[in-house]
Amino acid sequence: MVTFLSKDQIWNYLSEIPDPEIPAINIIELGVVRDVKVDDAQVEVIITPTYSGCPAMKMIEDNIYLHLKSKNIDNVKVTTILSPAWTTDWITEEAKEKLNKYGIAPPQKEIACPQCASQNVECISQFGSTPCKAQYRCKDCREPFDYFKCH
Amino acid sequence: MEMKEAIFNYCLRYADSSLIIGHRLSEWCGHGPILEEDIAMTNVALDLVGQSRSFYQYAAKVEGKDRTEDDLAYLRDEREYRNTLLTEQPNGDFGQTMMRQFLFDSFQVLFFEKLKESKDEDMSAIAFKSIKESKYHLRHSSQWVIRLGDGTEESHQRIQNSLEDLWRFSDELFEMNEIDEVLIKDGIAVDLSTIKDHWMQNVVDVLAEATLNVPEDTFMATGSREGKHSEHLGYLLAEMQVLPRTYPGAKW
Ligand SMILES: [Zn+2]
Repeated sequence: MVTFLSKDQIWNYLSEIPDPEIPAINIIELGVVRDVKVDDAQVEVIITPTYSGCPAMKMIEDNIYLHLKSKNIDNVKVTTILSPAWTTDWITEEAKEKLNKYGIAPPQKEIACPQCASQNVECISQFGSTPCKAQYRCKDCREPFDYFKCH
Repeated sequence: MEMKEAIFNYCLRYADSSLIIGHRLSEWCGHGPILEEDIAMTNVALDLVGQSRSFYQYAAKVEGKDRTEDDLAYLRDEREYRNTLLTEQPNGDFGQTMMRQFLFDSFQVLFFEKLKESKDEDMSAIAFKSIKESKYHLRHSSQWVIRLGDGTEESHQRIQNSLEDLWRFSDELFEMNEIDEVLIKDGIAVDLSTIKDHWMQNVVDVLAEATLNVPEDTFMATGSREGKHSEHLGYLLAEMQVLPRTYPGAKW
């Protein structure tokens, strides 16, 4: 590896990696990548888990290695840190918009149906198909939907 | 007791409790009374196993003997496990599981709240991470205790029985020994005597809303801090550990 790599370049590459469970957003937008350190010897990517038991974290780690390898960056180290704890406040506004379009109500105080924008909704279950989601139903258009929980 | 040894054993105690109750919850996978609860219990199980991993990883690092988180979880015997007796109790019916979870979650939330202030950075980080999850779990288990307690005659009676069955394991959550003594001095461990009244108050409030009676003074079980468990843990470990013990180093 002789090429010079800038931090920005690495961030750009990482933003090409979709979240394995919600491919509408990438891992940068999800807020799990906390830092990137580049020196002559290696690239270190520092990530933090969304939930302690999120099964996607291992996949995210593997995908970082694979994707950077495909860019001919071999000397990569992924480090997981716990502090500061991940929060949905780190999900960008742009990403929230993408979630909504994808059919998942983004984390917010006033939960709105991603289909018809009605706020006349009810919680079906506090838990959903992934650790970060809960199940809701719209009482106007009657569609069930996933809600990305505030965390 | 040396500091390093105390931290190692302290982490194991909380790792073991989360792993064992997490494993118990995972036994519901595919057997939940409704699909939503099947998903809920397995989600909570995932968080708890995740929390135990954080503690095991740190314990392994502190020990510095090349043992991994997997070695600690899969290659220790019943007598080496330090999970509280409450966590290993069988699932029983759905109400029994929710009652066990409620008593446990109520403890975890108060425990992590204090552990956040630990002078040990790693433990503090685990606490900051875990408390958000445990608060959410508590909301879920409390709602079910209230719904079943204040439900039908049948559900009320059954969850009252569960409460009486599990109550004797509640004191042990707050037991302390030499490990705590060593670590409290340096501001690392939580002085469990400072959260007991608060726990009782929170629990009593929810039980009152659930129209359940707090059990009278009763015999309190003890032993897990010394590795003395109820007969249930051995069976649980046999199932949980069979694969890594039969095929050491197996990968798939
Ligand atoms: Zn709608």
